[in-house]
Amino acid sequence: MKKIFSRPESMSKKPFHYCPGCDHGVIHRLIAEVIDELEIKNRTIGVAPVGCSVFAYDYFDVDFNQAPHGRAPAVATGIKRVRPDSIVFTYQGDGDLAAIGTAEIIHAANRGENITAVFINNAIYGMTGGQMAPTSLIGMKTQTSPYGRDAATAGHPIHMCEMIATLESPVYVTRVTINNPANLMKTKKALLNAFTLQKEGKGFSFVEVVSTCPTNWGKKPTDAHKWLTENMLPVFKLGTFKDTQGVEKS
Amino acid sequence: MSKWVINENLCKGCGICIARCPLKILAFADHLTSKGVHPAAMTDEAKCTSCAICARSCPDVAIEIYKEEK
Amino acid sequence: MAEKVLMKGNEAIGEAAVLAGCRYYFGYPITPQSELPAYLSKRLPEVDGVFVQAESEVAAINMVYGAGSAGARVMTSSSSPGISLKQEGISYIAGAEIPCLLVNVVRGGPGLGNIAPAQSDYWQATRGGGHGDYRTLVLAPNSVQEMADMTVAGFEFADRFRNPVLLLSDGVLGQMMEPVSLPDPVDYDIDSKKWALGYNSKEKHERNLCSSIFLDVDELEEHNWHLYQKYQVMTDLFSTGEYKDFAVEEHLCDDAEIILVGYGIISRILKTVVEKCRKRGIKAGLVRPKVLWPYPAHVFERLAKTANQFLVVEMSCGQMVEDVKLSVNGKKPVYFFGRTGGTIPSDFEILNEVDKLVRPD
Repeated sequence: MKKIFSRPESMSKKPFHYCPGCDHGVIHRLIAEVIDELEIKNRTIGVAPVGCSVFAYDYFDVDFNQAPHGRAPAVATGIKRVRPDSIVFTYQGDGDLAAIGTAEIIHAANRGENITAVFINNAIYGMTGGQMAPTSLIGMKTQTSPYGRDAATAGHPIHMCEMIATLESPVYVTRVTINNPANLMKTKKALLNAFTLQKEGKGFSFVEVVSTCPTNWGKKPTDAHKWLTENMLPVFKLGTFKDTQGVEKS
Repeated sequence: MSKWVINENLCKGCGICIARCPLKILAFADHLTSKGVHPAAMTDEAKCTSCAICARSCPDVAIEIYKEEK
Repeated sequence: MAEKVLMKGNEAIGEAAVLAGCRYYFGYPITPQSELPAYLSKRLPEVDGVFVQAESEVAAINMVYGAGSAGARVMTSSSSPGISLKQEGISYIAGAEIPCLLVNVVRGGPGLGNIAPAQSDYWQATRGGGHGDYRTLVLAPNSVQEMADMTVAGFEFADRFRNPVLLLSDGVLGQMMEPVSLPDPVDYDIDSKKWALGYNSKEKHERNLCSSIFLDVDELEEHNWHLYQKYQVMTDLFSTGEYKDFAVEEHLCDDAEIILVGYGIISRILKTVVEKCRKRGIKAGLVRPKVLWPYPAHVFERLAKTANQFLVVEMSCGQMVEDVKLSVNGKKPVYFFGRTGGTIPSDFEILNEVDKLVRPD
């Protein structure tokens, strides 16, 4: 029998601690597949955030640092400067990257650090129990926006791709999602592009994955992708905002 | 001929694979796993085209797909 | 030892760091330490090193965390308010046991305070500073020569103990110029640390992890006791072991009736005070802790048997005096004299205090 699909080599055997239906697992797997395909397992170094994916280091069979909340791009900068031949990626959620770590991601991007930043945007703080995130939608009810996010007092959802794409240094800035099998394959391709660019020494790449949080959204896992499609995608438009190397055309 | 294998220790019964199967040949099993969930199960392996959409959609990487070599 | 060159204290740290094999500096501008990043921004590229001016102190310390995790000799420097910002990262670095050198050129606080020399960060430096059960090794130079020597020693200690080392300086030491003999260069190999990220990526080996998270209570307790035991080893080495002479300088203490205690720039003033006392027939001595954590308590335990009293002088409202009291442990009275807010006490003021204690009438 020919193996059509199985666990990638770069994933550990450890079962995920994530909730049923959580998108983190699929995105982890896609990253691991990219690491396998590019044959960079021995020289890949991940930086784990604070948030639900704080234990990301447990699920990849590669070297890892566990960074303070929001600081993964700074930690990755330190690692990459010391080990320029390594492939360094960060993995952060919306609270981590778009709130407490806004300065770190913007400046790592602006310095053009030759790293790959993966941004999981599910519009909510997961690990702390479902608080309002900088990417929460207007009117979205969370533990700390019980009447719905009010733009007058809490502002509007932050669009990280659009902000980062205004900078000159980043080479690849894209927003993808895994709400259906076709988009899932596009996400895989975006991650492959981003890691390939780093491998070729081209510079900073940013992949935002619009994702679900069934538990804190109060949705069944099978309904969460539908909710994402109907509510998040109109606000967080999919697409590539910057591709200076033309990687998507090649 | 395809072979569909699930690691029930990893399955959390989220049902995403069942919802996404184009041929609708996956369903929740009647039994419970040690985690206390009804795992996904294959109902008609003969129909499976090994498209692997279920496996690629599984958040817990619980499914493996094999295919008879021609 | 090479011939002497005239250097500012802050620059001496920079050159000594390069000679110690440090090739990575991450920092953020703040007075009065700016000569150090300025020096390294010029010097590091000459030796294929990396200088990054970060977007904040918070980012800088986390770059240090990353670079240290990857096995490099790495440093950052700042001054008081900036060191407060770095505490989050220092706590993670201590928890993950990553070696690095931190420099605090202390200025007046609290808050924005001022930019004048001070010693008011003693508690922050010696009690950990950030959250959790951890310690940093704290070195306190009192000359430009020691700024250089302790920089080299700091990197050695950091690697030996897998622990952050803090060089506690002040605005006077940072800015003043003195002749200094620079140390011999060290050829440092980043693949000397088998635990480091990216270590020997050509050969297959167990993956490495740098982390301070231990979610399981038993695991965290075990980790914290492991750190504690390491700190005990350090304490022993700096009190009775290999580094006991490194830890403290004593001057005319054997027959002293009153012991003056001070670190850093104050110790140089106290040396003058001791000499003036001796000329006036007052048997004064000086204890200068060169290592502030682990504290050289053993010296005070011994001197509490021979001296009558202790006078601690600091450029703060009294912080190290608590460690002296703990060390003397009630056996003899411990007094305090301090100036704060950036004022440096004169030998005359201190002499007055000694007079009041020795000749109370």
